[in-house]
Amino acid sequence: MPQGIAASRGIGIGSVCRIIEHELKFENKKIEDTAAEKNRLQEAVEKFKAETTEMAEDIRQRIGKKEAEILEGHLVMISDPAMVGEMDKMIDNKQCAEAAVTAVCDMFINMFSSMDDEMMKQRASDISDIKTSLLKILLNIHDIEISKVAPGTVLVAKDLTPSMTSQIVKENVAGIITEIGGKTSHSAILARALEIPAVLSVPDALNLVKDNDTAIVDGTEGEIFINPAGDVLSTYIRKREDFIRKQEELKKFLGKETLTADGKKLDLFCNIGTPKDAKKAVECDGEGIGLFRSEFLFMNNSHLPSEEEQFNAYKEAVETMGGKTVIVRTLDIGGDKDIPYLNLTKEDNPFLGYRAVRYCLDNADMFKTQLRSIIRASAFGKIKIMLPLVTCVDEVRQAKALVEDIKKDLENEGIPFDKNIEVGCMIETASASLIADLLAKEAAFFSIGTNDLTQYTMSVDRGNPKVAYLYSAFQPSVLRSIRHIIQCANEAGIPVGMCGEAAADPLMIPLLMSFGLDEYSVNPVLVLTARCIISKWTKEEADKLADKVMAMDTEKEIVEALKKAAKD
Amino acid sequence: MVSEKVTVVNAEGMHMRPASLLSQTLTPFTADVKVVFNGTEFDAKSVMMLMSACIKCGAEIEIKADGPDEKEALAKAVDLVKSGLGD
Repeated sequence: MPQGIAASRGIGIGSVCRIIEHELKFENKKIEDTAAEKNRLQEAVEKFKAETTEMAEDIRQRIGKKEAEILEGHLVMISDPAMVGEMDKMIDNKQCAEAAVTAVCDMFINMFSSMDDEMMKQRASDISDIKTSLLKILLNIHDIEISKVAPGTVLVAKDLTPSMTSQIVKENVAGIITEIGGKTSHSAILARALEIPAVLSVPDALNLVKDNDTAIVDGTEGEIFINPAGDVLSTYIRKREDFIRKQEELKKFLGKETLTADGKKLDLFCNIGTPKDAKKAVECDGEGIGLFRSEFLFMNNSHLPSEEEQFNAYKEAVETMGGKTVIVRTLDIGGDKDIPYLNLTKEDNPFLGYRAVRYCLDNADMFKTQLRSIIRASAFGKIKIMLPLVTCVDEVRQAKALVEDIKKDLENEGIPFDKNIEVGCMIETASASLIADLLAKEAAFFSIGTNDLTQYTMSVDRGNPKVAYLYSAFQPSVLRSIRHIIQCANEAGIPVGMCGEAAADPLMIPLLMSFGLDEYSVNPVLVLTARCIISKWTKEEADKLADKVMAMDTEKEIVEALKKAAKD
Repeated sequence: MVSEKVTVVNAEGMHMRPASLLSQTLTPFTADVKVVFNGTEFDAKSVMMLMSACIKCGAEIEIKADGPDEKEALAKAVDLVKSGLGD
């Protein structure tokens, strides 16, 4: 069965309609009346603009603003003097309009596709789309009308251009298969927005299928089946029903509070890596940011980011969240995350070495720049500071002292900030867990990082396949550690969250509820799933389950018991 | 001719939206406006040229303006870049 990139989740089953691109052939004849030819180009450009404007408006209404921006980008590009101006120059040299469009567009396509930047490469496909549309107008070619395909159609194309996607009627298209395009391509973005299952980058897809073949598109796994056997078909019909039922169920949780079955309100936050992700968190209905990794500012950069650069990024995230909490984790480098310009030396045991808060406290100037920019951003919303890899109380005290110094400076300079800005810490080392009661006196909040906590507690490198079987947050030791951390926070009366992958794990959630976790920070796409799971458990049920599994001896038993108790 | 150096602060760098904002803002000016990056000049009124420069967050660029309203054009461009190009 052919494989591709799983670009839009869900199962689509339907009848194939291939979209075959017409060859855009033209005769490269010498032009005598260049003024008339320029006029012909101008008319084609105007027609292109009018059609694109109309499509953008249609997409804006049917799909969304973000998706319409792709086509609006086409308008900006074609309106660029560098585009039509260059084309006119070629016509002046007696080239025909088609040749001029091809040469100028190809020049830009080559330029953008040679750049080492995913978003810039995407511009190459934009220009390719513009070129095709312009040539079709000039050559008077009309395509299959995608807007008129029958219900239950699986579209198979080389690539799905925005101009094609704009014609898709969601109710009629069951699935999409293309030969090119990745997870971030326009086809993928639009397919996801329309909630149509899509598998992209299937080599030679157009030759694998004939029109009216039956096709299964598994956009969750990235698999397609052409004319499947009866049992495969019935399996996938069932899978499709399950998927649709789950999606419908999840949608009910959009815009709702996160409540347990017995009505206790919990906080459901998101983990993000860039200020732009904050928008995603809002769209996915996250109630705050439980972990804003600040590494992107340092890693996608050629130099140490200035206070202004950092301030702008934190401010953007805080403003996007509109008053909801944003917890910024201070720089967590070293270990597996290197930053070339910092010239960190290679270590034998990088995960036990010079990293995260240890590095930051030792490089106080750099650390103060980051803290100062976070504190300044606190004037624009609710922001908290979180220290990574804490192992002893002194680290929290030292960081807090720096924060106090900075607050004094800002006050003297008359720069606004939130005077009550909180400093909390990640609990992700065995040491921090054991002294959680002591740390709870210094930290304003805790956030449990289960990935590192599991690694350090189990003394296991999860990247090493020979020992990776030991890496599980369901190991009795890790679960005890988590329970202890939450207890210490509860006793000290400080909020405690979890920002590791375990916070969204359906098997882990009832245990965390029983232990008394306040805040669950998950990948934005998992917000509704987590909210749904939380809604199914009462404290009493969760306690019963937790009592049972916490008395068990092995990870295997625990996972089995949790799976058996899971509420689907 | 007037010019000024400025650092690109928006996280995305000179991508579609920031580049089109800059070029569209500068189009009404009579002055010729260029962005100098890595020793190459790019027409600041052309979104394609600006994107082709592949300017990332944190990059230092020089903006040059030449023409009757050069001062206003430069000030506008510098402000825009400093403010994060609408990002």
